[in-house]
Amino acid sequence: MNCTDFLSQLTDYFDGQISPDLLSEVRTHLAGCSHCQVVLNTTRQTIEVYRDNEVYEISDELRERLHSAIMTKCLEKKRA
Amino acid sequence: MPAIQSPGTEEIHPDVALVARAREGDAAAYEQLVRQYERQIFRVAQHITQNREDAEDITQDTFLKAYEKLEQFQGNSKFSTWLVRIAVNESLMRLRKRKTSKTVSMDEDVQTDEGSIPRDFAEWRPNPEQIFDQNELNDILQRTIQGLPPGFRTVFTLRDIENLSTEETAEALGLSIPAVKSRLLRARLQLRERLSRYFRQRKEGQPA
Repeated sequence: MNCTDFLSQLTDYFDGQISPDLLSEVRTHLAGCSHCQVVLNTTRQTIEVYRDNEVYEISDELRERLHSAIMTKCLEKKRA
Repeated sequence: MPAIQSPGTEEIHPDVALVARAREGDAAAYEQLVRQYERQIFRVAQHITQNREDAEDITQDTFLKAYEKLEQFQGNSKFSTWLVRIAVNESLMRLRKRKTSKTVSMDEDVQTDEGSIPRDFAEWRPNPEQIFDQNELNDILQRTIQGLPPGFRTVFTLRDIENLSTEETAEALGLSIPAVKSRLLRARLQLRERLSRYFRQRKEGQPA
């Protein structure tokens, strides 16, 4: 397995959807390739940093305003 | 009324009962569904359009459309996936109207691997959270995801931020599973590469 093959398996590797044979090839490649180790670690950190920091969190105030607007429109629709 | 999910051994999602009640005119049941998913729909719309006013409009339009089309919801998918699909379509429509990007179609296959080939091989140490305060970090994360093509950032948002499965993402976007996987890989690698500029471990004496 070379670095390109490793990258093509990265998504399945993260998802735990990789066959045992391929997994062992991935591990062998990782053990000998510091670049791919970094790519693996920092890609994992990329996912985590977006998951842990809600970039677009909605404020309670906006949420209430949107919620009321939605329900008002739906009830108008129902009456129509 | 047709059954929305055939009885089986699978556990029935609580939304199924709420949708059934809402269909029969129970506004409180629909309100509960709105409460459950309004944050998620807003986030998805904001991530795709990168525009707060659009995200507000899309959130309202999505729930109104879903309410009008409740009869069409088959129950083959989760209610939340169905909502996300409506929100994604509304968001892509807005982007097309604004024409801020050349590629706003989900089915357009982005052939180029530009930016997806790793070039930066420095570890991120210490953790980004330890280097930047919350505002700085949010600013970096927003600017970085904004730079991705809409098709990539949509897949990344659904899979990695909203935790949809590959199958649910494919369904919400009308893409094949291999297409979702390929976009997700490229989205992750492009984000990683761009974030590395900020987060890479610095050698001693190197300015931050």
